[in-house]
Amino acid sequence: MRHWSAAARLALCGSAVAAGLSLYGCQREERRFTEWPPTATAEGAVREVELQPGPPVRRVATRSAYEENAYAVSEGKRLYGQFNCSGCHFHGGGGIGPPLMDDEWIYGSQPENIFETIVEGRPNGMPSFGGRLSVQQVWQLVAYVRSMSGLVPKDVAPGRDDHMQVTAQEQQTDQARPKQSFQPPSTTRP
Amino acid sequence: MSAETIELASTAEDDTRMRLELERTWSGRPGLIGWLTTTDHKRVGLRYIITSFAFFILAGLNAGLMRLQLARPESHIVGPDRYDQLFTVHGTAMMFLFAVPMMTALGLYFVPLMVGARNIAFPRLNAFGYWTYLIGGCLLFGALYLNTGPDTGWFAYVPLSGPAFSPGKRVDIWAQMVTFTEIAALVGAIEIIVTVFKNRAPGMSLNRMPLFVWAELVTAFMILFALPWVALGSTVFLAGDRLIGTHLFNPAEGGDPLLWQHVFWFFGHPEVYIVFVPALGMVSEIVQSFTRREVFGYPALVLAMIAQGFLSFGLWVHHMFATTVPELGASFFTATSAMIAIPIALQIFCWIATIWNGRPRLRTPMLFVLGFVITFVIGGLTGVMVASVPFDLQAHDTYFVVAHLHYVLLGAVFPMFGIFYYWFPKLTGRFLDERLGKLHFWLFIIGVNLTFFPMHFLGLQGMTRRIYTYLPETGWGPLNLLASCGALVIVLSVLVFLANAARSWRTGALAGDNPWDAPSLEWAASSPPRPYNFLHIPVVQGRAALWSRTPDWPVVTGLRTDIREILVTTVLDAAPDSRHRHPDDTIVPLLTALAVGATFIPLIFTPWGVVIGTACLLPPLVAWAWPRSPEHDEQRSEEQGAAV
Amino acid sequence: MSADALGTLLQQPLQFPGAHSALAPAGPQAERVHALWQFMWIVSAVVWVVVVLAALYATFRRRMPAVDAPLEQREPLSSGGPGMLTAVIGATAATIVVLFVFLILDFRTGRALTTPPAGALPIKVTGHQWWWDVQYPSSRPDQIVTTANEIHVPIGRPVVLELASADVIHSFWPPNLVGKRDLIPGYTSTLWFRADSAGLYRGQCAEFCGYQHAKMAFYIVAEPPEKFTAWLAQQRDSAHTPADSLTRRGREVFLSSSCVMCHSIQGTPAGSRVGPDLTHLGSRLTIAAGTLPNTRGNLAGWIVDPQSIKPGAEMPSNQISPDDLQALLAYLETLR
Repeated sequence: MRHWSAAARLALCGSAVAAGLSLYGCQREERRFTEWPPTATAEGAVREVELQPGPPVRRVATRSAYEENAYAVSEGKRLYGQFNCSGCHFHGGGGIGPPLMDDEWIYGSQPENIFETIVEGRPNGMPSFGGRLSVQQVWQLVAYVRSMSGLVPKDVAPGRDDHMQVTAQEQQTDQARPKQSFQPPSTTRP
Repeated sequence: MSAETIELASTAEDDTRMRLELERTWSGRPGLIGWLTTTDHKRVGLRYIITSFAFFILAGLNAGLMRLQLARPESHIVGPDRYDQLFTVHGTAMMFLFAVPMMTALGLYFVPLMVGARNIAFPRLNAFGYWTYLIGGCLLFGALYLNTGPDTGWFAYVPLSGPAFSPGKRVDIWAQMVTFTEIAALVGAIEIIVTVFKNRAPGMSLNRMPLFVWAELVTAFMILFALPWVALGSTVFLAGDRLIGTHLFNPAEGGDPLLWQHVFWFFGHPEVYIVFVPALGMVSEIVQSFTRREVFGYPALVLAMIAQGFLSFGLWVHHMFATTVPELGASFFTATSAMIAIPIALQIFCWIATIWNGRPRLRTPMLFVLGFVITFVIGGLTGVMVASVPFDLQAHDTYFVVAHLHYVLLGAVFPMFGIFYYWFPKLTGRFLDERLGKLHFWLFIIGVNLTFFPMHFLGLQGMTRRIYTYLPETGWGPLNLLASCGALVIVLSVLVFLANAARSWRTGALAGDNPWDAPSLEWAASSPPRPYNFLHIPVVQGRAALWSRTPDWPVVTGLRTDIREILVTTVLDAAPDSRHRHPDDTIVPLLTALAVGATFIPLIFTPWGVVIGTACLLPPLVAWAWPRSPEHDEQRSEEQGAAV
Repeated sequence: MSADALGTLLQQPLQFPGAHSALAPAGPQAERVHALWQFMWIVSAVVWVVVVLAALYATFRRRMPAVDAPLEQREPLSSGGPGMLTAVIGATAATIVVLFVFLILDFRTGRALTTPPAGALPIKVTGHQWWWDVQYPSSRPDQIVTTANEIHVPIGRPVVLELASADVIHSFWPPNLVGKRDLIPGYTSTLWFRADSAGLYRGQCAEFCGYQHAKMAFYIVAEPPEKFTAWLAQQRDSAHTPADSLTRRGREVFLSSSCVMCHSIQGTPAGSRVGPDLTHLGSRLTIAAGTLPNTRGNLAGWIVDPQSIKPGAEMPSNQISPDDLQALLAYLETLR
């Protein structure tokens, strides 16, 4: 009986720890219904070109907390459909607007760049949604847009929709590493 | 040496020598390594019993928290997300980690003893099943405590549990955990069937088997036919939709959400009978022993259990009456759902008839049997009510069904507690305290009725299931408060039981081999049984084995005591057929279970889990199947010669 | 009934009995099921009493007086005589008869409730996470009425509901009137009922559908046919044009902030079908799918922070300045 209790404790603890480590996904699974996230960035931190005066500053690739959260990315997907982003960007392949699932980012692929794109709008047709979407909704959309080119972890990215299949699932999209140079549209479109 | 069964019991010296040899052959290694490698069905069975009771308590704590939240309207103890995880894990754990494993575990421990075998068939598979079950259970509760617990209900209806509406890995964890525990139940079922058919003591023909053994046999067959469906549905279909983008449940691409419901409930309905039928066997055993007569209507009881086993596969659509199933089809299932009440009623009447002409002793197990009659009959009657389509359309998915299902499932838990008091002396050699037992019983029956009876009215007054709160204007507050108070009483009763068990384990009154003067074979073994179960395998001479034995009780001789040899008998009449060697204790089942974990845990995240798992599984499976030494081969040819 | 009166009523739960209960039928469907239920529970109670009494009597009539009586007293292994056999067979036969009677009654009740009669009023209900989209169809597009979470029906006339789902499985259930029917994606289900007495009947979603399944209620307002026709005509109108500067400002706030992304108001540029139609919001008794009475204070709280009332709902919290909020509320109140 003594052996049993010690061994039982050991086995149960061991299994629990192992299971826990493999499942640790608090970030992924948190359902944050309400939050008041900060607005995009401090002044001057959002850059639309890479060229800067002085020595080159190494850019640290940031990843917003929303991109590690499956609920946020899935809300972004819902909003993408509900607010008709697919009307111009289709389901990532582009059409009237540029594709979102490729590796070319006209205005930058960092979360804060995409945030600015959505809130401020961009030349050549991207509307400014500032004031029409809550800040949390914009960050969710940012996370979803990044997932379209495989830039969020696979276990966070959404699976297939419950609609007709028009694109590969985001969780099976290979990562399209963003090209670092920002190309103005006039140099890329015929 | 022949395996014929005509010799009389041997002398005392022979007995002592035999005892020592058997002890040496059948004992495991000492210490931690012995604990990890044992294939003794009693040690594995006891582990299963204790682990599933632990899961019962954990799942019950979930329920306690739920009742706390629902005690008052608009309570803020837990929010919707956490509540959804709580009720999902409560249902999943109670069904997959407590109810079925506990009933199987009692079978794994007691069926070999009751049929007179030295061990269960396929002992390594038995150990493997336990480890798999433990890993699956820890996965589920670990997930809950890390906020990754599944949150779409124990039935996980699509499209809510599909990829579009359940982000993250919560449902994937549920899907893989279900399969883990299934494997354990399936291997347990296989072992019970083979033990019952091929390892019975000579003379125990099928119509002399104890009713608990019949119950476990019927249950094992139900497990074999029902559980693969939920494995298919969760690990293949649902995981396929979520991980690799199949469209089985996507109507836009030709799939159908109702497919999930059919697959799940085709398993789900037999599942509740898998929980319930062993309890019927337990009631028979207790009633026999405590009225000191054989049960009335043995053939009727056996046939009733078999009928329930078959009929339970024809009821599943009654969970789907509110969907678009056509009226004629639904009516068929009304008829079958009502029909299954007939064998159950027959059994209750047979037990009452048994008690009527007996001299019942009102010890705690008998009290729990009375509690079973009182509780289960209410559940059965509300079951007949919800079998009716028009009434079910009002009661479905309300607290009326919550009341019904708890009444019937607790109708299985009452005999389970009774059997704990009955078999505790056999398991440990000591009695559970009788006064604490009676206190446990009264608290439990009061608690159960206080908690679940008001729910009938709540349901008809409109309270739907799976709601984390309700508005005050609905008027559901007072009855919910009453139900929550009842839940506290249930908690108290379980605490009393735990205190009783903990204390009696060490210091309870000593019990002999057969303290109840019971008729079945497990009471011929010592309390607790030695690793080899019986010094001599007895020859059974009647249905009540210990009551019908003659003074010169014949036993089996000629089995080897230096290796683990067991007797294999024929299916119908249990005539000796051949001898079979069981393997020694080994670590391979544990390694295989870990390898199975290495398949299913990665499958939560990636379909590559199948490849990883296959790679991990190959070495332990090879080790498992590795042929034994030449000495073993010589033994096998000898026994095959003997069988011919 | 006005929203204020409903609000008062909702604060007094004990005086609001039966408005959400299968035990207070207000129409023939619920009436027949209620009758079936009463028969079944009375018979069941009798059966239970008989069985339990038999079990208790069997236990106590000859039980061993002392707990530790000698073990050698064991009963003969016989079956107890032909009397016992007859009793058991008789009891089983009685069970079969009772079950058969139940079965016949079940089928008869079921048949009576299945087919909608001719001339039923059609209504389309679509379930969303976590609100009900209600549409009164018409062959003329300008006569279609779209509302949310509140269904008006004329008493004495059968109503047939065409049920569909926009996302997951929901279940429509007004217990006073009729049993439930699931709303399953990919399927259209049908449910019909008739309300025979005027009143307010509450219903709630009855199939677990996610975070706010608990607060996905609806109200059925059963009213005399003239009142119903008047209500329908009012609902067919476009939104009232704002008359004063405050309400005009309110409309501007609506059209220039996040409201317009999800809600539509007929007669304005707002046409999104993501959330409930708000054209006649002011005429509804409740907001947030039956969660709160439709009063100014509740509406303000809902607009500013829906997540504190229904955490997980799709409506985001909105940062809105106090003046804008007052204007918006004034405008929404005019939408009758």
